[in-house]
This record gives sequence, structure tokens and C-alpha cells, in this order.
Amino acid sequence: MPAVAHSPDASGTVSNAVASNTVASNTAASNTVASLQQRISSMQATKLDTRTLPTLEALAGILPGGSLRQGAAYSVDSTSLVMALLAGPSQSGAWCGVVGVPDFGTEAAASFGIDLTRLVLVPSPADQWLTVTAALVDVLTVVVVSPPRGAADADVARLSARMRQRGCTLIVMGAWPQVEASLHIEHSQWNGLAQGYGFLSGREVTITSTGKHRFDRPKTASLWLPDAQQNIRTVEPSPPASVHPASPRSAPARPVAVPPLRETG
Amino acid sequence: MSIRLTRTIVLWCPDWPVTAAMHATGQGTDAPIALIDKGLVFACSSAARTEGVQRGLKLREAQYRAPELVVLPYDPVQDARVFEPVITRIEEIMPGVQVIRPGTCAIRSRGPSRYYGGEEQATQALLACLGELGIHDARVGIADGPFAAEQAARGTSRQGTAVQIVPPDASPAFLAPLSIGILVDDRLAVLLHRLGVHTLGDFAALPALDVLRRFGAEGAQAHEKAGGRENRSVAARIPPKLYDVELEFEPALDRIDQVTFAIRALADRFIDTLRSSRLVCTAIRIEVRTESGDASERSWLHPRWFSAADVVDRVRWQLQGGSAIDTGLRSGVTRVQISPERLDSTGNHEEGLWGSGPDERIHHGLTRVQSMLGHEGVLTAVGGGGRMLADRQILVPWGDRPEDGSSRSRAASPAPAAAPAAASAEPWPGSLQGLTPSTVFRRRHPVTLLTAGGAPVAVDDRGRIDGVPGRFSPTGMPDDLRRITVWAGPWPVTERWWDPERARSLHRFQVVDDDGDAWLLALDGLDWWAEGRYD
Repeated sequence: MPAVAHSPDASGTVSNAVASNTVASNTAASNTVASLQQRISSMQATKLDTRTLPTLEALAGILPGGSLRQGAAYSVDSTSLVMALLAGPSQSGAWCGVVGVPDFGTEAAASFGIDLTRLVLVPSPADQWLTVTAALVDVLTVVVVSPPRGAADADVARLSARMRQRGCTLIVMGAWPQVEASLHIEHSQWNGLAQGYGFLSGREVTITSTGKHRFDRPKTASLWLPDAQQNIRTVEPSPPASVHPASPRSAPARPVAVPPLRETG
Repeated sequence: MSIRLTRTIVLWCPDWPVTAAMHATGQGTDAPIALIDKGLVFACSSAARTEGVQRGLKLREAQYRAPELVVLPYDPVQDARVFEPVITRIEEIMPGVQVIRPGTCAIRSRGPSRYYGGEEQATQALLACLGELGIHDARVGIADGPFAAEQAARGTSRQGTAVQIVPPDASPAFLAPLSIGILVDDRLAVLLHRLGVHTLGDFAALPALDVLRRFGAEGAQAHEKAGGRENRSVAARIPPKLYDVELEFEPALDRIDQVTFAIRALADRFIDTLRSSRLVCTAIRIEVRTESGDASERSWLHPRWFSAADVVDRVRWQLQGGSAIDTGLRSGVTRVQISPERLDSTGNHEEGLWGSGPDERIHHGLTRVQSMLGHEGVLTAVGGGGRMLADRQILVPWGDRPEDGSSRSRAASPAPAAAPAAASAEPWPGSLQGLTPSTVFRRRHPVTLLTAGGAPVAVDDRGRIDGVPGRFSPTGMPDDLRRITVWAGPWPVTERWWDPERARSLHRFQVVDDDGDAWLLALDGLDWWAEGRYD
């Protein structure tokens, strides 16, 4: 075969050069490929009984399988992120419940796209939080719970079985055994606010998602949560250096746009 | 065509709206009272009439003529409600009462006059019965047909007696001199006056066929009435069935579970009675009375309809009380009464062949949680109007509708009615712009805000900030201080300064600390507290 008669070391240098060239210039294209792969994998069920819930497209990058799974539990540490997770199912007509979060801001929830007519709040279930959660898991599609303390393993197993049977997704604000993924806001950067003027208009977050297994590599994504138009979308990686800042905690918040003087009354 | 005339007794209570208002408000009968509808006097008492007040006057003109005038709004529902016991009492002594309008009713004369031995005696019995109820100026007219009898009753004021009996077959002659205006509407009356027809007698003298051709069916009917040939009998009302149930406890019960257990059978009976009448109940009123005379009354709505278990739950919640329910119970319960407030035909609530969709399942699940935690344990949210975050989100117990006086007539629905949605759409200048905090503290959450040097940050009377915010403690503890990276403020919120109880004056700040958390803070006098947190 004369067409492929290259020496082994020559072909190696060629492929290396091509690879480095691609990484340097075509990150956008590889992102597109990655997102398409995620969409394909979210449509393909890995198991027979795995069904998914419609989830916001921006969150596909950090959720295993690309979307919320029915019957699975997720651990999330931020209320805004919980609202973003609820928005997709709620917009598609699902009923959502929030147990044990008395300070849940429903106005923000509405601005994230959650339909308030299909949102049920149980602010203070006190000692009966597990019973209430189990009752809501029976009838609602997504249930958010903030457990006041850890639950016994047997109770968790019973609840998981019920969730799988009913096809309900549980989002836990706190620690929970056997979660599909733990989402954590690594770093957030606020827009619109400066030294003494402006107002908060957008938020850019870096979210880390740890999978079910210890050996899974954590996924990281940058999102607008939300941007100035109240949309939740992924951050376009324009200069690659600013997407993943070296020291997240000490990154200065830059005012992107200085708004005009506010009218107050 | 044979004409069948019904000898009719008509009872007329003059100024019934005023009498009803006197009963409802407990005013004396000699007080000058005027009922106002749309800015005009609708009805007035005889004391007011002697001062010159009359129907159709403007309110200001009436008050000018009679400075001591008691002005009350006209309420047609109250008229009917106060007339109801009168009807019930009359039905006890002579059956078959037709309510023409509140204050006026018609009775067939044949039965009562035979029972009491004559029309004169029957009217005396009727007036005596009304006198027992405290109505002393009632008038009675007897004639052939309801129209002639009503005119006879109204004609008593010209004669100065309480009773006018028109002999049989004398009704046409009795009606003939009356003005045409009492029979037909204003347009037709003007037309007839122009045609030279001024009295009922003139109108009755016209050929019936010509009247039918010229004025149509309505004119023909009026022509029959004018001629005393009214072919209409008295349509007696069917007394409404009572679905109220009540239970007395002797001795009084002082434990909630005792009461709810005792009420269980009663609730079953209540719902079964309704179901046998093909009715469902979507709103009930529960009244609980106690030994010491306290009473607790509340209406309960249901997103679908009440089952017996739901009724028992509502009684239990009412006895337990809550932030929005004042039980007022401080002694043993002696009596529980359950009355239906809104009934509907079962046909409108028929379940589909495969159930009523997913909402039914959700409703059952949430009702279960509600019966575990109480009525206010399960909430839905609606947007409200206001500047503060807590005002902009209103939480409504599952099954209730938002607190709003104007929404009382709306049907109950599982989704809360959009009454405050209009308020949330208003611009509310001074409300928060940009992002809304995802955590809104229900309880006041005290914090500390200091300058970089450690001095407290304050805002002077002119709204100028004194010191630059530099350090912040979200718990208010000094060991939790963190550095502030960016901040903005003060944004003053001054509301309802005219109302000392609800007045609010504070300054808001947005700060971002070096942990990356953003906060919405408020300075109220000298106290810093967090209104919300962006997390």
C-alpha cells in the first residue's frame, strides 16, 4: 500500500502538529461536537427504565446524561441552581415541590422560568419532613428538599425505591447518600455592581459536578445564572484564559456595564 | 277564550329596603334614613320624607335638606335576606306564597279566606302575623289577579287604611282611573300619552287585536292587565331545603380529637344528604360555639368539592387555629354547625371516564400532606405588588384563594386566582432592579456592616452614606467578618408615611463579599438586617 507508506515517526509528528493546531484554533468546534454528543447521549437511554426530564440546555454540560433523570437524586448547594434545575421541567408542565425551605424566593423562581401555579411549598414540615417528602414524591415530578438532619439509610433506600417507581426526581439541598451528581458552585462573579454604584444585573458561575462514582472526573462548566436578560446560558469562551481563572476566590468583580442612575422612591 | 281569574291577596310592605336596613343595622324606626345607590337616594324612611328627602335626589342635596340623615348603602341582597323569615312565617299560616320582589308577596285567596271564614278575616290574620314580627305598616290588597291586587295594596295609602278589598268582578272598574305609567315602561307610556291614552281604562277600551298588532306581545299582556283580565295565577315558591347540620355537646368537649371524632358521623350525613340531592359542595361555613359564649366562624373553600373527611379536616383546622385563623376558643365546645355556602350540581363535577387527569392525583397527595401539617402547611405562591421582597410574594394555603375582598364572587379553583397579579404588574418605583434574591428571609435576619476601619456604617437624614462599607458579617457575630469587594447604595424606600402603623422608611444596599456571595441589606434606623441573599 504505497499511499500510507510513511515512516512511523513521521506520521507521529504530523498527527501531533494537527492535534495542537486543532486545540489552539478550534475549541469552538470541539465544544459543538461535545454538546452534540451530550444531546445524543441524553436521547439514548443507558438503561431500559431510564427516563429523563426536559432540562435547560445550559445545564446539559454538568448533568450526567445531559439532563435530569427520573427516579434519581441530585445534591445541590445553591438555591439559584435549584431554581435553574426546576425551570426546565416546570416550563414543560411538570409540578414541582419545595420542602423545608422557608426562605425560598418565589419571585426569583418566577424570573428563572418556574411556573408558580405548579409550584407547591411546604415551608416547615419540622419532624415530618421525610413523610412529607415521600407523600410529595408520589404525586409531583420534581421535589426539592432541605433535610434538617441526616436520614437513616433504610429510609433513604425506601424513598429511592419510591422515587424510581413513581419517576420522581429529588433535589437535595445538603448531603444525601447515593446521588446521581453533586452540583456545587465553585466560584461566582457578579456583574453590574461597582464601588458604590450600579446594581446586580448578572452572575457568571463556575459549577463543578461530581458524579456517582469516586473515580469519575468532576465536570466543570461556566454559566450565566442568569445574564442581564434573565437568561440562563453557557458562557462563550472568548479568551480561553478567563474561562477558568487561576485563583477563583480572588478574582476581582468587574462591572461590565454601568447602569444609569436608579429611580428610587 | 275562557279567562280564569285568580282571586289574589297581595301583601306590600312600604319602604321595604329601609325596613330591611333598620333590621340589619339596629336603627330606630323614627330615624331619618336614606339608602344610597350610585350617588342617588334609592329609598328613604318616613321621618326623612317629612324633612323633604325623596327618591332620586343627589346625596348632597338630601343631606342639605335633612342634616341628621343617616346614610346607608343600598344592598339588594340584604332586602331579600331580611324578607326570608317573613315569608317563612307567612307560609306557616297560609301556604302557597309567591315572592314578587322583596317586600311584596302574593297569596291565592281561596284557601285562606275559606279557612279563616272570609277575606276580611284572612287579611286580619295576615296583619296580626306580621305585627308579631315587628312590621306594623304592612298593607294588604285583594282583587282579581296579582296586578289588580297589588294596585289595591298600593292604593291603601290614598285611603289611609291598611286593607283594600276590591269586590269580585270589580277589578276593571277599580283599575280604570289609574295612570298608564304604573303599567308600562317609560317609552311606551310616553307614546300612549301622545296617542291620548292616559289611564288604564282608556288603554283597556282599545280593541285587543289592534293592541297586539301595534305593540306586540308585551303590549297585549299589558292590555290584559289593564282590563283586569290577567290570565296569571299565583306560582307558589317551593321552600328551599336546608342542608345545615349541627351537633350539640352536653357536657362540653374540651379536646380537639373528641370533637373531630364526634363530628365524623355528622359530616358523613351532611355529604350523603347533598349527594342524594345530586349536589356537591365547594364552600362550607363552620361555626363553633363554646361554653363561655365565644363563637368561631369561618368559610372554607375546596379546590374540588368536599368529601366527609375534608369536612372533618376543616373542623379540626378551625379548632387548632393558625396565624390567619383566630379560633377564639378558650373553653369547651358546646355546638358545631356546618352549613353549605356554595352548592353545585354533580353534573358539573362529573369525573371523566379515566379520572380527571393528573391534577386530581396531585390534589389528593397535597390534601394528605395538608391533613398532616395543618391548613397552612402546604402553600402555593402568587406574585404581589410592593417594594419590599416579602410584599412581592404572597403565599396562599393550598385550596384557598389570595386574600382579596373583590375576589369573593370568583369560583374556587386549584390554581390561585390572579387577583394580586395585577398589583405585581404595576411599576412600583423604588422596587429592586436587576436580579431578585433567590433567598428571601421570612424572619428578620440581623447582620453587621462596618467600614474598613471597623466603625458602623450609617446614613444621615439627607440620605448620604457615612463611611464606606468595608467589612460585613452575615450572622452579626464579630468573628464572622469578611471583606466587601463591591457594593452599591443607599437606595431609600419610604412608604405609607401617612399611616403610623404600616409606615416604612429604610435604606437598601447591595454588597458582594469576598466569598462570592451577594446580599441585599437594609438599614432601618440603626439596625442592619439582610432582606435577601443571592445564593
